[in-house]
Amino acid sequence: MDRRAVLILGGLLACLAGLSALWLLQGLGDGNRGFILSLRATKLAALVVVAFAIGISTVLFQTVAANRVLTPSIMGFDALYVLLQTLLVASLGVAGFAGLPAGAKFLSEIALMTAMASGLFGILLLRGARDVPRMILTGVILGVLFRSLSSFVGRILDPNAYAVVQSVSFASFNKVQPDLLPVAMGVTALAGLAAWRMAPRLDVLALGRDPAVSLGLRHRGVVLQVLGLVAVLVSVSTALVGPVSFFGLIVAGLAHGLMRSTRHAALLPTAALSGAILLVGGQWLFERVLGQAATLSVVVEFAGGLFFLYLLLRGHIR
Amino acid sequence: MIRIDGVGHRIGNAPILHDITTHLPEGRLTALIGPNGAGKSTLLRLVGRLEPLQQGRISVGGHDVSTTRTEDLARVMAILGQQNSIASRLRLSELVGFGRWPHHRGRPTAHDHARVAEALEAFALTPLAHRFLDEVSGGQAQRAHIAMAFAQDTDWLLLDEPLNNLDMAHARALMGRLRDLVRHQGRSVGLVVHEINYAAAWADHVIAMKEGRIVAQGDAHEVLTEAVLSDLYEAPIAVVSHQGRPLVLHHV
Amino acid sequence: MRATPALAVALAAMMLVSMTIGAASVDLGHAFSDPRTMLVLLESRLPRTLAVALTGAALSVAGVLIQALVRNRFVGPDTAGTAEGAALGLLAITILWPASPLWLRMVSASVSAMATTALFIAIIRRLPVREVMLVPIAGLVLSGVLGSVVTFIGWQTDLIQYIGTWLFSGEFSGVISGRYELLWIAGGAALLAWFAADRFAIIGLGDQVATGLGLGTRGVLRLGLAVVAVVTAMVVTTVGMIPFVGLVVPNMVARIMGDNLRRTLPVVALSGAVLVMACDLAGRLIIHPYEVPAGLVLGVVGSLLFLWLLHRRPAHG
Repeated sequence: MDRRAVLILGGLLACLAGLSALWLLQGLGDGNRGFILSLRATKLAALVVVAFAIGISTVLFQTVAANRVLTPSIMGFDALYVLLQTLLVASLGVAGFAGLPAGAKFLSEIALMTAMASGLFGILLLRGARDVPRMILTGVILGVLFRSLSSFVGRILDPNAYAVVQSVSFASFNKVQPDLLPVAMGVTALAGLAAWRMAPRLDVLALGRDPAVSLGLRHRGVVLQVLGLVAVLVSVSTALVGPVSFFGLIVAGLAHGLMRSTRHAALLPTAALSGAILLVGGQWLFERVLGQAATLSVVVEFAGGLFFLYLLLRGHIR
Repeated sequence: MIRIDGVGHRIGNAPILHDITTHLPEGRLTALIGPNGAGKSTLLRLVGRLEPLQQGRISVGGHDVSTTRTEDLARVMAILGQQNSIASRLRLSELVGFGRWPHHRGRPTAHDHARVAEALEAFALTPLAHRFLDEVSGGQAQRAHIAMAFAQDTDWLLLDEPLNNLDMAHARALMGRLRDLVRHQGRSVGLVVHEINYAAAWADHVIAMKEGRIVAQGDAHEVLTEAVLSDLYEAPIAVVSHQGRPLVLHHV
Repeated sequence: MRATPALAVALAAMMLVSMTIGAASVDLGHAFSDPRTMLVLLESRLPRTLAVALTGAALSVAGVLIQALVRNRFVGPDTAGTAEGAALGLLAITILWPASPLWLRMVSASVSAMATTALFIAIIRRLPVREVMLVPIAGLVLSGVLGSVVTFIGWQTDLIQYIGTWLFSGEFSGVISGRYELLWIAGGAALLAWFAADRFAIIGLGDQVATGLGLGTRGVLRLGLAVVAVVTAMVVTTVGMIPFVGLVVPNMVARIMGDNLRRTLPVVALSGAVLVMACDLAGRLIIHPYEVPAGLVLGVVGSLLFLWLLHRRPAHG
């Protein structure tokens, strides 16, 4: 890694540390310090895990799709996760599903999601490489299909509880389930490490299929592995905060812009750290300064959507 | 040598290649020629395992393409396809550097850096080495891709229409460079060319294809004749001799 | 064309079935002897059935128009920011003038829907011409962005419940006499489109062809925008968004009958009515006596149909 990359990463890390300290310690009165601190630490950890998961998964997905305007959730990954959750409830029954321990339930969802997503999106990416826009549109529509199916199944399960199903289809950085957090942290760390170890192969993968095959990369195998990692990370972020479509796009764009290098060994940590800074900083701004904790996700989606349109208009489709 | 034995290929229901059996001789420059849609590129891509083999067998220097590990094949042959648009924003030196990847798998040595510098020099790219791919002309980018395949340092070099986007001077220089590789470094080259006079001037061996079949093959002198070419392109074509090589003429 | 009578018969049959299904069981034979039955039919069943048919027909015609205007087969009124625009306009007038009369609200919704659709057209005109698949993607994202604006304002003003009924999957269970009549305006707008069918067919061929034939493209563009906006605004505000109808129906009809709009528009309208009617019936029967919203059924059926359209072999080749 060159000096510039090290400097940037160091700067990002310092920035995140400063923000975290601010988040934890600001206005900490004399009353129940321990309680407030643990509450804030939980939320901080959740935000960082989500940002890492989204940042890394988006960079990975953009590399595997050889496309800078895509995110896993534009292509329907998170919708697939929500659908699988709904189907699990449907097959086990609401009571049976709630009875499972949270960690085990989460892990089994991740396993199922990884298998489904690598299969489905593997086929889509490996066969659709020739016609990228058609592939994207297929993914977008698959997302619509999955979302409709989950609402559909949810409605059939319990016709009176339509609202419950719909609440899942909105992102919120405020409703993190603390019992999932330890598992989520472990899974994200493992997946991030695996991605980082793949960095040299990812660099080759980013050249596109033909050059990668010519250089002796096991293209199909690497694509499926990467999609598996993406599925794991999307499961984590969706389980924690719900579907977030465009945040990853901003983060990946930022990482590419900051690094001005295609080395994944540098890109992946940059994306993770800058995502965490954006999310923690944004949440701090909205919760502590503006007093409107709920609106961060809406603002993020709005800005991300505009950024996407901007990229399209600039002709950055490939 | 590259052996191609009973290879057929279909895309959907459309037959692209019919039972092709031929070979590309070692230590020579082989040109695949023929009209559009003849299946030249498909054949080259099958050899380079860019497409999965549907029928028949192909071996490169004794390595069966469908059973040899792809990592090992990457040290035997380098193939450059036609579509070379790359999503990442790479410097020319970085792109050419990837040519060494089969040898170092992510941990480049001083030797690798030296070979990259050599490849950049060979294709007159040293002054552009720090430019980004999207900041150079199409021809310069094309030369960078060829330099990358060259840096891979393999016995076999397969190029699908490498002359695309190159002006006459650079096209000549590239063909001269390739012949030099064959003559003095003992390498073997296979390429698809559209402009037939480049094949006439530089190729040792020519394979002429039409509608998924081979219609003629052999020394350039044997294949590039008026009879074969007029039949191949379904147009009256004259062949004269120029500096000891065939020269193909087709006005009117 | 034999398609028309077949579709008409199918629609009539389904409308009859639609009249008899519901929480209260109704025997059509006794309609004239039993005043209670008559009441249920006239106040609830008939309005609902008409609303479904009008919605399907009008949205499909709007789909044909928007596809001709942007010259892209993969868009519909629900993927061009139109519905979100209507919601935005309605929201604006509700906040600015809570006591505004109904007609003003509808005008506001229609004008705003027209503005966002025009914005969509302005955006896609700047996309690379050959990238046909980019157009629907841009439309979907624009819809998402506008939707998030609507949601944001809804949250800030505590109108989120109110908004929910427009932007989430539409349903017809709330339709009773007196609450669906706006859909007749949508139907009227669609009929208007039929009179200008030739113009839209020519516009679909491209600006150069249109100009060459002496057709002023701006006027036709405005008329088309107006029809699409009015249809969508009426549907969204009355029953909520019904996805994919305007997208898949025109495609299926064009695949079979071609693009001579004067000939195909009636078939498009009938097919749209049949499709929405079928989905509404399915939604009412699956977990009877509860209902699955027709919009949700169409979300599933429509996206499957769309995926099929996207990946079928081209008809010519």
